[in-house]
Amino acid sequence: MAEQKTGINIMKKMKFSLPTEGVLGLILIVLFIVLSISTDKFLSVPNLSNLARQTSIVGIIAVGMTFVIVSAGIDLSVGSVLALGGIVGSILMRDGHSIFLSFTAAVGVGIIVGLVNAFVIHEMKVTPFIATLGTMTIARAVVMLVTNANYISPLPKSFIKFAADSYFYIPTLTLIWLIIAFIAFVISKYTRLGRNIFAIGSNVEAARLSGINIRTNTYIVYIILAVLSSIAGVLTAGRLATGLPMAGQGYELQVIAAVVVGGGSLFGGEGTIVGTILGALLIATIGNGGNLLGVNPHILNIIVGSLIIISVYIDQLSKKRR
Amino acid sequence: MEKNGNVLVTMRNIYKSFPGVQALKGVDLTIKKGEVHGLVGENGAGKSTLIKILMGVYSNLDEGQIFINGKEVEIKSPIQAQKFGLTAVYQDVHLAENLSVGENFFLGEMPVTKGGFIDWPTINKTSHEVLKELDLDIDPKIPVRKLSTAEQAMILIAKIVRQESKLVIFDEPTALVTKEETEQIFNLIRKLKKKGVGIIYISHRLEEIFSICDVVTVLKDGLEVDTLPVSETQQESIVSMMVGKSVDNTHYIEERKVGKKILEVKNLSKDNYFKDVSLDLYEGEALGFYGLVGSGMASVAKSIFGGINYDSGDIFINSKKVKIKGPVDGIKHKISFLPEDRKNEGLALSLDVATNINLASYQNISRGGFINLIKEKKNARDYVDALNIKTPSLKQKVINLSGGNQQKVVFAKWLCGNSRIFIFDEPTVGVDVGAKFEIYKIIENVLKEGSSVILVSSYLPEIFGLTDRAMVFYEGESMGCVSKKDYDEEKFLNLASGVQSSN
Repeated sequence: MAEQKTGINIMKKMKFSLPTEGVLGLILIVLFIVLSISTDKFLSVPNLSNLARQTSIVGIIAVGMTFVIVSAGIDLSVGSVLALGGIVGSILMRDGHSIFLSFTAAVGVGIIVGLVNAFVIHEMKVTPFIATLGTMTIARAVVMLVTNANYISPLPKSFIKFAADSYFYIPTLTLIWLIIAFIAFVISKYTRLGRNIFAIGSNVEAARLSGINIRTNTYIVYIILAVLSSIAGVLTAGRLATGLPMAGQGYELQVIAAVVVGGGSLFGGEGTIVGTILGALLIATIGNGGNLLGVNPHILNIIVGSLIIISVYIDQLSKKRR
Repeated sequence: MEKNGNVLVTMRNIYKSFPGVQALKGVDLTIKKGEVHGLVGENGAGKSTLIKILMGVYSNLDEGQIFINGKEVEIKSPIQAQKFGLTAVYQDVHLAENLSVGENFFLGEMPVTKGGFIDWPTINKTSHEVLKELDLDIDPKIPVRKLSTAEQAMILIAKIVRQESKLVIFDEPTALVTKEETEQIFNLIRKLKKKGVGIIYISHRLEEIFSICDVVTVLKDGLEVDTLPVSETQQESIVSMMVGKSVDNTHYIEERKVGKKILEVKNLSKDNYFKDVSLDLYEGEALGFYGLVGSGMASVAKSIFGGINYDSGDIFINSKKVKIKGPVDGIKHKISFLPEDRKNEGLALSLDVATNINLASYQNISRGGFINLIKEKKNARDYVDALNIKTPSLKQKVINLSGGNQQKVVFAKWLCGNSRIFIFDEPTVGVDVGAKFEIYKIIENVLKEGSSVILVSSYLPEIFGLTDRAMVFYEGESMGCVSKKDYDEEKFLNLASGVQSSN
């Protein structure tokens, strides 16, 4: 009896001590192997770099979203901000300004939207969901007003080439994503800002009473996310060789899905950059692999939807044990 | 199963484990009809696990049987527990706050008229009768959020009376209420007892166990130490059973040497909270704040730290006037504040022990925004050792620690900073006896190092045992300051209830 019991204990321990990242990594590896065997195209340079590029845009925003979600916030405006940043950058480039200026302007756009989001959330005390639902609608409307719903082109050849390029088989976009993710990883693990964000998300009142400035940190996370979304917008324009007013529509859901599948909790205080990256990759790989296998895209969406529910359910289970 | 008509619930040889912890190791518990059965033990002894098994929260036992009225049952969910007539009253009462008292009584089983509408007359009439039966002077139509904690607890008990439960579990029902309200709750318990309801009563306050219980079961480390009639034992022996060693129940302080004045507060006021509070605090001195619920003393303490903002008045530190507009200012002026509600205000429960200990000190151990990880770990290690915090590792999430150890983590958070003024708001609420004495020792050490302490407590023995002077609050005003040689229970109670003022 006693031995049996310790056996059960060890099993339970193992099950729970394998972190989300490990589980996701394993699933990804299995998926890669299965897809490599069952399709000819999956394990080819064009397909993998296309997959990487697709994932990078959502992935860049998801990195910023991780901070917001860990701080117990949410931001629905990311898709619209992507479009706004992309349009502003595209217009500047079309009119002959430098790529550098375009990115700078996009960063500016991001800062402004981030400030507005944080202001509405922190000063006006509107819940993040509603606040960013509002700015999501507003930002998209601004894009439509500015462009008259027309796309912006042509963009400079050098920029389009930059967005389509690869270094050592790694697409530029993916490199940018990895650099941003690395910086975010360092922030989350090794800086005061990282600790503050986790503390605020875990218990905002305890954080406040520990001398953490809630206002400053709220502004920082929403600005980081909006800036990343805006930069992702310029990169999207480069990838598509045009500035599209409808770009990024529905991205907020893909981005949030990546964070949640990666172990982020919408209650705050939980989530990791590595988990988010793996979550984004997993969702994109399911889409890509499903296409190659000729699975109906609607069926794929059912799979992704179920994945979101299952990953949150597993998270709940592991919390319930005490 | 023996046919004993008096036995209501029997739990036999209960084993329950969680990953890494064997919470219960073969516990037996028998509750008879009309019996008030005390359940005591330090935090982590297994009390809550046992209760949660009975309430269907944990359904998969490793081993053991449960009998209700002699019939073996499996309690798989809280709803099932309710069907068996088992209910529980926790210290943090869960009622639907925006609904009325009557609606809460009928929640989930609202009577309806023939037309399918809610039958308000029946709700109001029945609620009124139940309240009257229990001598509670509460209007069934007012929303529950307008009632005090104790009144809410009583509403919950009244609801149980109405539902005709067979067994009611009281888990620290008096932790957040005043002495008079405690007596009212006791009266309700006695009424339940008379109706033949079986009662399990859990409390850290042993004097309550002795005044209300018939039988007491002592748990330690998941084992049952003993079950015996209250009339055949004393508090001291129960305490030594709980901690497994004999402890001196009273806490003595040595004569303290106090230094120069470190804090002065002049005419501090906040509308609807407190008015014209003035005080001095000296180095190495412990000043007590005593008062009943609603006395405003906790708000005064919190606003000195910056946890809430005061409207008017001045604060001087080392004779220099300072502005304290938030916790950031309080910490800058070397003030610490340990909140009463550690779960909602003291701890980031989903984060690990190391982060929580360093939470108020990151500015001291980081450069250019980067944390010195070695110092972070060392701080945590040092305080886990110094305060004897029982945790499997520094990476353990605080939510998995017991109440006493959680409280020590909050202490560690403030001790690891460089504070000179420590404000402790009810530091031993919900903490078991063993940890309580360790906490007293921590406070004693803070004072020995020349720092100053404001101890906010509604528990008089704590004020008497630890402080040099004490201020008594009543309805937001200071009723006077009593020095140690004049400490007297009656005097404090009179001041605290506004019967007299000392000046």
